[in-house]
Amino acid sequence: MSDTILTLTGVQADIAQYHILQGVDLAVPRGAVTMLLGRNGVGKTTTLRTIMGHLVARQGVIGFDGMDITARATSARARLGIGYVPENMGIFSDLTVEENMVLAAVSGRLLAERRDRIFAAFPPLRTFWTSDAGTLSGGQKQMLSIARAMAEDRKLYLIDEPTKGLAPAIISTMVAALRELKDGGASILLVEQNFAVARALGDHAAVMDDGRIVWSGEMSELADDAGLQERLMGLSMEGK
Amino acid sequence: MLSVLISGDRPRSVVLGVLLMAILIGLATAPFLFPGVRSLETAARICVFVVLVASYDLMLGYTGIVSFAHTMFFGLGAYGVALAVDGMERGFVPVVLGAVLGALAAAVLAFAIALFSLRVRAIFFAMITLAVASAVAVLVSQLSGLTGGEDGMTLRIPRELTPAFKLLNEPVLGVRFNGKLLNYYLVFSVSLVLFLVMLRVVNSPFGRVLQAIRENDFRAEAIGYRVVWYRTVATCLSAVMAALAGSLYALWLRYVGPDTVLSFEIMLDILLMTVIGGMGTMYGAAVGATLFVLAQTYLQSLMGVAAVALADVPLLPALLNPDRWLLWMGVLFILSVYFFPTGIVGRLRESVRSG
Amino acid sequence: MSDAPDHRPTMAAVSFGARLDWAAPWLMVPALILLGFFAIGSMSSWLTLTVSALAMGMMIFVMASGLTLVFGLMDVINFGHGAFVSVGAFVGVSTVLALGHWAGAPSLVLNLLAVGLGVLAAMLVTGVLGWIFERVIIRPVYGAHLKQILITMGGLIVVEQVIVMIWGPDEIFFARPETLKGAITFAGAALEKYRLLAVAVGLAVFVAMRLVLRRTRIGLIVRAGVENGEMVEALGYRLGMVFVGVFIAGSALAGLGGVMWGFYQEVITAGMGEDMMVLVFIVVIIGGLGSVEGAFIGALMVGLMQNYIAFLEPKAALISNIALMTAILMWRPQGMMPVVKAK
Repeated sequence: MSDTILTLTGVQADIAQYHILQGVDLAVPRGAVTMLLGRNGVGKTTTLRTIMGHLVARQGVIGFDGMDITARATSARARLGIGYVPENMGIFSDLTVEENMVLAAVSGRLLAERRDRIFAAFPPLRTFWTSDAGTLSGGQKQMLSIARAMAEDRKLYLIDEPTKGLAPAIISTMVAALRELKDGGASILLVEQNFAVARALGDHAAVMDDGRIVWSGEMSELADDAGLQERLMGLSMEGK
Repeated sequence: MLSVLISGDRPRSVVLGVLLMAILIGLATAPFLFPGVRSLETAARICVFVVLVASYDLMLGYTGIVSFAHTMFFGLGAYGVALAVDGMERGFVPVVLGAVLGALAAAVLAFAIALFSLRVRAIFFAMITLAVASAVAVLVSQLSGLTGGEDGMTLRIPRELTPAFKLLNEPVLGVRFNGKLLNYYLVFSVSLVLFLVMLRVVNSPFGRVLQAIRENDFRAEAIGYRVVWYRTVATCLSAVMAALAGSLYALWLRYVGPDTVLSFEIMLDILLMTVIGGMGTMYGAAVGATLFVLAQTYLQSLMGVAAVALADVPLLPALLNPDRWLLWMGVLFILSVYFFPTGIVGRLRESVRSG
Repeated sequence: MSDAPDHRPTMAAVSFGARLDWAAPWLMVPALILLGFFAIGSMSSWLTLTVSALAMGMMIFVMASGLTLVFGLMDVINFGHGAFVSVGAFVGVSTVLALGHWAGAPSLVLNLLAVGLGVLAAMLVTGVLGWIFERVIIRPVYGAHLKQILITMGGLIVVEQVIVMIWGPDEIFFARPETLKGAITFAGAALEKYRLLAVAVGLAVFVAMRLVLRRTRIGLIVRAGVENGEMVEALGYRLGMVFVGVFIAGSALAGLGGVMWGFYQEVITAGMGEDMMVLVFIVVIIGGLGSVEGAFIGALMVGLMQNYIAFLEPKAALISNIALMTAILMWRPQGMMPVVKAK
């Protein structure tokens, strides 16, 4: 078994007539957290959407777990074991929290033991288990979105800005839950703007600019080098 | 001079240019080139439908909204003239008054429908127009005291436009110079003027905004154009043009009835002519209407002849039966939307570009 | 000046308001029935009209339900939906007529068997037709409303003309099976048996649909897909397959509606589906595109309006539905129960 779970080779993708990804090369190691960093609008979300198949890769190859999945349908990619937490959370607001979770367990039932583990990580989900997901607060929706990805074991988790717009207290809940996921040996590709979170969770990092990966290496290396941060992301994170 | 008349919208294809000239000259000289009652009826029908289809294309082709109420606007113009003529002294005044009132009513109704549907989603418009148009059609056939119901109304048009009115006592080139001829040229010239006005509209800055909306309404809105407003104005303009075409048709036929101006079948004809001619080009309306009306008049009878001639062949006579006309139109319609979305005019222009 | 009162917690009031907001559409139907009672004055006329209105509403709902779901799920607007109504009516009625000795016998069992077989045949044919329609007509024009409207309209013409080819251009008159003729008398009002049956069938369809949508996994997928199809796929479900299934079921339901309507009118024409589409569109617009519950309420309201007004002021009945639609759209521009769309 190879030690990378996901590889992108020269991936290009367009949104309407705009050429967003201009040849992304990325390797996501197995059993570690890889941070996908970069300023707004450089193509991080588009990269995740292309991996998921919501956007078609016009060029390049997406390899997952030893298979070429470039031409596969979104649903097939999901069934191969990719859990996805989109930027907009993708909550089904007309369904209850429970129904959201049940749907997320594609292969069948949501195991009780799994459910309890999710309740432990995100207590509000227990409280609002039978409420319509549309009535949840923003933070609770984000918890549900991550919990859905955790409804089954996935080979890879794609998580897009899980702390966006959340209060600090809720952010620490998120970080704790993601750390637990990481400690369980999960492979995670995480888009994050909050550098403190990135530093707390990331093993590896890849920085994007203008539709390409411009730097990749150890997260600690990036975290310790303010000059590098400034050069890659246009601002120093140390001050924040 | 010509370029000004056609608002700088050149055919951009030699074949198309020749075709358009042929249509124009053919219609202008129809009474002389193709003598006979039937061909004159066909020529007048083409004139009216060119305007009607062009006005429909103003909506469908230029702003991307589908309406099923175009026959309603057409009918408003026709019934406007009919009712005015019915209630007033014989002459040109009621004709003009009826046409103006019909056009006004069409504009108001179009405005109301647009207000309700376009504000929400453009597809509401298609459904709401279908519902309103069918309600109006039922209303017209039920209010028989006013509209003559299913039987329709016969019009007492100005005497100067009837065959009884003689301009010359002797035929020239085998053509009688009477009121009927005058009537034809009235229909022809008004149609031509209306068509050129619409050509001017779509080539104006207003028309270009409409096209921008059709291409991408979100972006047009983002740039700062009030999409709903533009679409509403286009809808009203289109309705007024359709009503005027209806007035002309009533004047020519000296009759209005639900079947001739309001039926759903005419609505389908308009759709077919627009799509086959080419959506989004005024010339497409001219080409589509001409070809379709010609086919309707002559091909249908040809189908009957063919069906009789092939009576011994299995299946073919059944398929060539003139009653199958609409079936073939439906098939043609589906195929053109798939394979031929830019219509005849689009194809001709493309072949120039690639050639 | 003090702002204090504004800061008082208003939880109860808000939740009551929200509840009213949710319940308002559901209250429209009983309110309309009550209003009809006072306007009509006569108990027996009111009862007869109400049953007739509910029967009509239920039949329209059966036809509209598939259309609204198909729209909600894939943003596909099918102007050819009426074709399934016509085809269903012709196949169903022809089947029952072919079983003439069963339909003509004074036995409820044999009559229902004939009608049941007719319904089955109609739904089977319209289901298969729906499948072909989706494949051939609609599949190539996903995401393009303009083309969808045009193409499905073309499909409607072709199907109608094929009906004319097979069954001829004339309308077909026929009688209902023996035991479904006539009426029963209740509280001095004559209630046609067939209308009662139509109400029962319509209600059963509605309850079954709700159960499927609320209690089954496939129902969850459909409801989730209406809101956010992309996310449903990202969870591993093939939305395209689900959509085809919904399209087939919706077509079959339109076929059922067609049979029911045919036996209600005791006459069928190739253009009947086209005529019904007018009412169906009004219903899905006032209900809110994509909402099954909305279509149900909308259909009942249209039925009630049409029947009450036809009794009170026959000439106004023609535009009563347009007036209803206008009023509803002024109140809620998206319809009564618009579906939430994630974007």
